[in-house]
Amino acid sequence: MSFSAADVKRIAHLARIEITDVEIGPVLAQLSNILKLVEQMQAVNTEGIKPMAHAQDIPLRMREDEVTETDQHELFQSIAPQVEAGLYLVPKVIE
Amino acid sequence: MINSSLKELSALLAARKISSRELTEAFFARIEKFNPELNAFITVDPEKSLAQAEAADRLRAEGRAGPLTGIPVAQKDIFCAKGWLTTCGSKMLHNFVAPYDAHVVEKMNAAGIVNLGKTNMDEFAMGSSNETSYFGKVKNPWDRTAVPGGSSGGSAAAVAARLAPAATGTDTGGSIRQPAALCGITGIKPTYGVVSRYGMIAFASSLDQGGPMAKSAEDCALLLNVMAGFDARDSTSLQRPAEDYTRQLSEPLTGLKIGLPKEYFAEGLAPDVAQAVETAIEEFRKLGAQVVEVSLPNTRLSIPVYYVLAPAEASSNLARYDGVRYGYRAPEYTDLTDMYKKTRAQGFGAEVKRRILIGTYVLSAGYYDAYYLKAQKLRRLIAQDFADAFRQCDVIMGPTSPTVAFDLGEKADDPVAMYLSDIYTIAVNLAGLPGMSIPVGFGAKGRPVGLQIIGNYFAEARMLNVAHQYQQVTDWHTRLPEGL
Repeated sequence: MSFSAADVKRIAHLARIEITDVEIGPVLAQLSNILKLVEQMQAVNTEGIKPMAHAQDIPLRMREDEVTETDQHELFQSIAPQVEAGLYLVPKVIE
Repeated sequence: MINSSLKELSALLAARKISSRELTEAFFARIEKFNPELNAFITVDPEKSLAQAEAADRLRAEGRAGPLTGIPVAQKDIFCAKGWLTTCGSKMLHNFVAPYDAHVVEKMNAAGIVNLGKTNMDEFAMGSSNETSYFGKVKNPWDRTAVPGGSSGGSAAAVAARLAPAATGTDTGGSIRQPAALCGITGIKPTYGVVSRYGMIAFASSLDQGGPMAKSAEDCALLLNVMAGFDARDSTSLQRPAEDYTRQLSEPLTGLKIGLPKEYFAEGLAPDVAQAVETAIEEFRKLGAQVVEVSLPNTRLSIPVYYVLAPAEASSNLARYDGVRYGYRAPEYTDLTDMYKKTRAQGFGAEVKRRILIGTYVLSAGYYDAYYLKAQKLRRLIAQDFADAFRQCDVIMGPTSPTVAFDLGEKADDPVAMYLSDIYTIAVNLAGLPGMSIPVGFGAKGRPVGLQIIGNYFAEARMLNVAHQYQQVTDWHTRLPEGL
């Protein structure tokens, strides 16, 4: 399972984390080591085994589709980097 | 008084020998003196804490005090506390004043417990040494050149150094148990779903669990009584009848069957740790327990499985940190995408970024089956190992960590070496079982050794009983580091 600089760039973009050209080498080396560790999983046969997503293998609880939250947007927006008229301000997307 | 148990402090407060205000001030004096070196606390706010202490004293005057009313307890900085800076050890949240209380904090406030301050931790709970915090490393009170363990390193150091009588922690792969072991204190991670994760900043949602850290099993039981309980706001919180975790403490251990997994006593275990653990097992035999050998064949697989699942869940949970609604935002950027990328590149530390990248990779198209789904299948095998073992024993025991605390900086440059030291704790989170660590002696360089006790689902009261009986006939848990 080879992992390349192109993979690092692609993953970094998916994760929306900037990785400069200078950082790519060390990050690639560290991630490759971790992936080598992870490869150990392939040695075990898991045919016919169901994946287990929950620690006790139980489904999540359901609730009634009712409004239970109150409007606290003023409180929550008081800590935002930039707000105006109840809206979060962000820069434009430049294509 | 700084060495007093929660029970003793409760008695002192009830007898009016001391007020909550005086007690809280006594711990502030300790924090002022020793925290600059240990760096166990990120935030201390005497004004807020003393206001709570005074409210607790008023509650007592009205005859409405409960068992832990007026006692100051430190909060790991992963729990949102309304009006308090809540950083999760990260630059990303260095300016985040939580607008609400975590369920755990709400319950502790309602019990009249005083918030003593927010403890240091590995960034976003990712770490086993408390070296990744944006706010600097925490030092092990037993040896200032050693790590305290992580991610709840600040909480563990605070309790060990008597800067707090107890503290909250969280555990995703060992982050309560391992620092408890490395700092010579007691800590318990309950069964998954017992403590609400609402307001507990998320790392890996199927693994995270909050729990108490204190000087004894009895103290942990008292604090767990407050922390545990159903919360409708956490979709994984379990609805079960309320439990008193102290109810079995005094039961004798005659007939207890202790399982020792042979995989936990194989290569990789340091001889000084093995020695202390074996001596402790002997003590349990004297208390009437029987020891049987069990096997957990997939133990070694738990590391790769965890380092696929936890980063995958982390990559999803940490996607919310984008500079839009709260926390750090990069000062300069060209457009929205650039803002996201720079905010996250600058706001997260190296270990967090590594884990997000690994997580993103294993969830990405074309790799999901080979990695994430594969890990979830192995997770079932690992849980099955424990189920099989518990047919032959009541509790499982072994070392919490393969070595005593390592030196600061020793593993910081080698993430994989750091991951390998989680070998005994990780599988417990994957299976959702309860696990605890108790101090059982000292090893190399005078650094503490911890014994891990793993129970079957919802066996916390029994585990606390097992630990408590051991602590009645030994005194490791009462030891205090030199110079403190």
